[in-house]
Amino acid sequence: MKLWNEGDPIADKAAPDGPIETRWERRQFGAKLVNPANRRKLTVIVVGTGLAGGSAAATLAEAGYKVRSYCYQDSPRRAHSIAAQGGINAAKNYRNDGDSVYRLFYDTVKGGDFRARESNVYRLAQVSVNIIDQCVAQGVPFAREYGGLLDNRSFGGTQVSRTFYARGQTGQQLLLGAYQAMERQIAAGNIEMHARHEMLELVVVDGRARGVVVRDLVTGEITTDFADAVVLASGGYGNVFFLSTNAKGCNVTATWRAHRKGALFANPCYTQIHPTCIPESGTHQSKLTLMSESLRNDGRVWVPKRAGDDRKPADIAEDERDYYLERIYPSFGNLVPRDIASRAAKNVCDEGRGVGPGGLGVYLDFADAITRLGRPAVEAKYGNLFEMYQRITGEDPYVTPMRIYPAVHYTMGGLWVDYDLQSTIPGLFVIGEANFSDHGANRLGASALMQGLADGYFVLPNTINDYLAAGPYPAVAADDPAVVSARASVEDRISALLAVDGDRTVDSFHRELGHIMWEYCGMDRTEQGLTKAISLIRALREEFWTRVKVPGTGEQLNQNLERAGRVADFFELAELMCVDALHRTESCGGHFRAESQTPDGEALRHDDAFSYVAAWEFTGTGEPPVLHKEALGFEYVHPTQRSYK
Amino acid sequence: MHWTNRTFGPSVGLVAVLTAPSRAVPRKRASSVGLKLVMAASGLLLVLFLFAHMAGNLKIFVGAASFDHYAHWLRDIGTPLLPRTWYLWLQRVGLTAAVVAHIASAAVLARRARAARPVRYAHRPKVQGSYAARTMRWGGVIILLFVVFHVLDLTTGTLNPVGDAQHPHANVVADFAPSRWYVTLFYTLAIVAVGFHLRHGIFSALRTFGQQSPRGEHRARAIALVLSVVLVVGYLSVPFAVLSGLVS
Amino acid sequence: MDITLRVWRQAGPTERGRMVTYLVEDISPDASFLEMLDVLNERLILEGDEPIAFDHDCREGICGMCGMMINGVAHGPERATTTCQLHMRHFKDGDTIEVEPWRAAAFPVVRDLVVDRSAFDRIIQAGGYITAPTGAAPDAHATPVPKADADAAFEAATCIGCGACVAACPNGSAMLFTAAKVGHLGLLPQGQPERDSRVSGMVAAHDEAGFGGCTNTGECTTVCPKGIPLTLIGRLNSDYRKSRTGRGR
Ligand SMILES: Cc1cc2nc3c(=O)[nH]c(=O)nc-3n(C[C@H](O)[C@H](O)[C@H](O)COP(=O)(O)OP(=O)(O)OC[C@H]3O[C@@H](n4cnc5c(N)ncnc54)[C@H](O)[C@@H]3O)c2cc1C
Ligand code: HEM
Ligand code: HEM
Ligand code: SF4
Ligand code: F3S
Ligand code: FES
Repeated sequence: MKLWNEGDPIADKAAPDGPIETRWERRQFGAKLVNPANRRKLTVIVVGTGLAGGSAAATLAEAGYKVRSYCYQDSPRRAHSIAAQGGINAAKNYRNDGDSVYRLFYDTVKGGDFRARESNVYRLAQVSVNIIDQCVAQGVPFAREYGGLLDNRSFGGTQVSRTFYARGQTGQQLLLGAYQAMERQIAAGNIEMHARHEMLELVVVDGRARGVVVRDLVTGEITTDFADAVVLASGGYGNVFFLSTNAKGCNVTATWRAHRKGALFANPCYTQIHPTCIPESGTHQSKLTLMSESLRNDGRVWVPKRAGDDRKPADIAEDERDYYLERIYPSFGNLVPRDIASRAAKNVCDEGRGVGPGGLGVYLDFADAITRLGRPAVEAKYGNLFEMYQRITGEDPYVTPMRIYPAVHYTMGGLWVDYDLQSTIPGLFVIGEANFSDHGANRLGASALMQGLADGYFVLPNTINDYLAAGPYPAVAADDPAVVSARASVEDRISALLAVDGDRTVDSFHRELGHIMWEYCGMDRTEQGLTKAISLIRALREEFWTRVKVPGTGEQLNQNLERAGRVADFFELAELMCVDALHRTESCGGHFRAESQTPDGEALRHDDAFSYVAAWEFTGTGEPPVLHKEALGFEYVHPTQRSYK
Repeated sequence: MHWTNRTFGPSVGLVAVLTAPSRAVPRKRASSVGLKLVMAASGLLLVLFLFAHMAGNLKIFVGAASFDHYAHWLRDIGTPLLPRTWYLWLQRVGLTAAVVAHIASAAVLARRARAARPVRYAHRPKVQGSYAARTMRWGGVIILLFVVFHVLDLTTGTLNPVGDAQHPHANVVADFAPSRWYVTLFYTLAIVAVGFHLRHGIFSALRTFGQQSPRGEHRARAIALVLSVVLVVGYLSVPFAVLSGLVS
Repeated sequence: MDITLRVWRQAGPTERGRMVTYLVEDISPDASFLEMLDVLNERLILEGDEPIAFDHDCREGICGMCGMMINGVAHGPERATTTCQLHMRHFKDGDTIEVEPWRAAAFPVVRDLVVDRSAFDRIIQAGGYITAPTGAAPDAHATPVPKADADAAFEAATCIGCGACVAACPNGSAMLFTAAKVGHLGLLPQGQPERDSRVSGMVAAHDEAGFGGCTNTGECTTVCPKGIPLTLIGRLNSDYRKSRTGRGR
């Protein structure tokens, strides 16, 4: 059985060439402008109100476009970006520690394991500087020093301090800034906000993205909305694993529906697994909570040397413990990058040395730090995290070592976009975590917030002009066949989900799908496992459509119906993720193929064969997708193999 | 809600300024924060009166003559600049305006509060806030009833067994005679109610005027407690002194 | 552990609601309150009943989406905790727990425990922002902000907009929520130009939405999962007075 076909290569035609420092400037200059009077006649739909969507909507509205925004939560302020803790990178070099746009660019390309576009990353680094200015002007209360200037910290293993933060709530503060800017535009009548609305279909008319089909989650009413351009800012799809650090509602539906309508989906298999999460405590577990990475600065990771040792940690003597990160990676020790720390934890647990319920956990021990620095110092640094841990687990980490385990955290893949952030469907722009653009195979800590805001405040509002300058596009007729069929497909799907009336709940399917994905498409992937996963997923999808039970009707607030639709899309995505993971027989960034490792167990890239973006074309549910390769060139940062030994 | 247009008294200008709907978002409702400011200002005016009145009352311990003289002096304040009793009437008008403004804003806010929670909770344990804070509205009503009775009792003398306006000392002593224990009881209840009202009221008024530091919050609560206790003790000392025969 | 739940069930905004009793058995003390409801819902679905609707998203205490009255206390018995962060170990085996939606005229019930909090967005629309058009910002270091002010602003800015303050306030007032935003922006130099119009606009929108006035009861701060301090209401009052009388500025 053929799992995929290869199609023509694809290229990013919008990307300027020439010196990298001036590419963005030249692209902006090359773009057509829209005069202010015409802007009022142009409408943009923005799906999503996270950092990407919120900042884009506010900026476009300010520029004079008519914006209509959608989110599934009850208020735009609750988008999942709110949960980001650590911080946001920017090449301000306020520390004078040798940071620069070029260094941020370099670190990001390298951190992405040489699977990102240089042009995009360079622009991201350039724009990062403006983001901080913009946010401060909006009143984002970043941490400051006694002199009144902004504080920075180093984050995610970088050697410079370029991370701006607002205690452990950076995402919240940045999002509130964007949300407030949005609310100002809502009050001014420039944004029409539709909260508790879910986009269920993209409307493509004459080859252009012209609108969306949405469901009012309160009344169940299905409506169509048309515009001159559509922007998707619907976030990541980590929830395909059921258990992840993402919010419960995070979903792939918006982007998947666009994918089904012709937008290519790039690098779906690149998932970031975060090493420091609170482990699962039982079958009731509904999501996992991230503990800040900063804990690894002072905590020591260990497991018992002997498999099956279930004594209390305090009873395990020093020489019976294996501080495995310090042992395997003597120079980086507990501070190795996320993917390496995650995989090492999985390995020791696979050896039966894991701790806690189900043996899925490793200790993160602060005993040394407490002796060395004193409890008050540890408290000052990590007090709130310890409290959070204690609240969730009921254990006191000052006394008993914390238990941590890796969990799915971020998805680098997403809809394929060009330098203008436009997908393969003209008029469909994709920003934030929903696109694939800037992080390559792995994302550096504190760079997702940066990318979301770069896209929303600075990149999209410039590049979309070029597209809108040719507008207004002809009005879409409500009885246009494309509209009628888009609407009908939404209605049919809802009736189909309600009609099954089987004997299994949506969550039970989602949980099972998550297990399959975690087992075979998680931290460690093999050809055999992925092939097996694909057949398991297909079987489960069939079962879903014959046995799922969705109570209630479509004309009410029906949270199970919402979930059912999302899980149905996750099934299709899951399969594509496995296909992507299967075809990429190298290890890179967040993708580790067991077949491709160095003799001592490290990830091994194959630049000659895989230095490309894998952009997948949809051909039908269960049909082999078509692979389009976008070759990646590295003129500035030359690929090297990572080593943390 | 345009009751403010109908109020009179010296504070009318302030009332209008504080409660006028916002310029930024022109709306029809009087501002709730403005109403609170009116309530706090009028409330504090009433507190001032209570202190002055208490000081006067305590003269009863100096002697009957002194107490009666005080009552006469009240009517002479301002003479010869003002005709006799004019000051007293000015004070009465001021107090009435304050009471009207106070009660009217309390009523508007109470009605809004009720409308803000049309469906009650099926299960509601005792709220965490202090007893004093929870009984502001009923406490206020008790005080109002008391003042009506009190004025008929000791100012007009209508309800007083002696009722001699020239000799308030005699009126007071007659009032709290042991045989009229129920009057003493009512006074006691009312004064305790005033105490509770002010224990939260004074703190609340300071907060309404903008007290905003955590240290200040402790101080404001302490001030409220001390002032209320002083008032309650000061006021209660009179009836109990009469009751116990200390004053006769 | 076994729990008896009494939950408010209401099919829609205009339907009549009532408390319904359910027995939830064999719940792990490590489960969160919402996970306990998940378990119950799974059972209800299979039994052919409609599951209990409740709002939630992040499940880690930051989005502000969750929230219900648990035994008459907003977000339940633990201090500084959202409903999603509340764990069953804080209850006893055999307990009866009553669960109701936030009750306020400005927060109409949508279904079961889900309420409409869009009034909060309207309060923000009336001035809860700093006008800073994209791209026009000066360098972030152009205006130093004293650390104390920045910290205080941050403290106020941590409000998650959950609505527990309204649910708990005997007056159904949203003054703590409003004060948090007025305080956050008013404490920063960037927020000064709009300080007067912000406070009067937001208070007007607050009143217009049908929230009650604040009488400094202090219930709100007790249940606030982020511990937004009551002193911010004093700050709002002071700002409001100055915006009206023009004194001091
Ligand atoms: C726990 C956690 C901590 C993190 N910490 C950091 C950090 O410290 N630094 C960092 O840089 N990054 C961090 N990240 C990553 C970062 O937060 C996200 O990648 C980023 O916020 C995504 O923003 P976004 O705007 O693309 O999407 P989101 O914020 O996820 O917004 C998605 C929006 O789309 C809407 N939506 C989705 N689907 C639909 C639909 N079908 N119909 C209508 N609307 C829809 C949602 O309502 C929402 O408004 C963290 C992530 C997690 C999970
Ligand atoms: C035991 C305590 C009290 C005593 C002995 C007392 C005594 C008196 C007396 C003798 C007068 C008449 C004064 C005069 O007209 O010359 C008077 C008037 C008055 N008292 Fe009291 N009083 C007491 C408590 C209170 C309290 C608690 C209040 C308010 C809450 C109050 C409010 C008033 C008012 C409003 C007047 C009318 C003032 C006026 O004529 O303008 N009194 N009181
Ligand atoms: C006559 C009937 C009265 C009624 C119905 C009444 C009612 C109220 C109410 C409802 C409040 C607001 C409660 C709160 O803030 O929690 C209040 C506050 C207050 N009252 Fe009264 N009251 C009355 C009399 C008085 C008197 C006689 C005094 C003083 C001597 C007084 C002093 C105050 C003060 C200082 C406040 C605080 C204002 C604020 O909250 O900012 N009140 N009153
Ligand atoms: S002030 Fe506290 S209780 Fe009120 S909405 Fe904000 S976080 Fe929730
Ligand atoms: S409980 Fe209500 S009365 Fe004020 S102090 Fe809080 S808003
Ligand atoms: S679900 Fe986000 S705060 Fe509880």
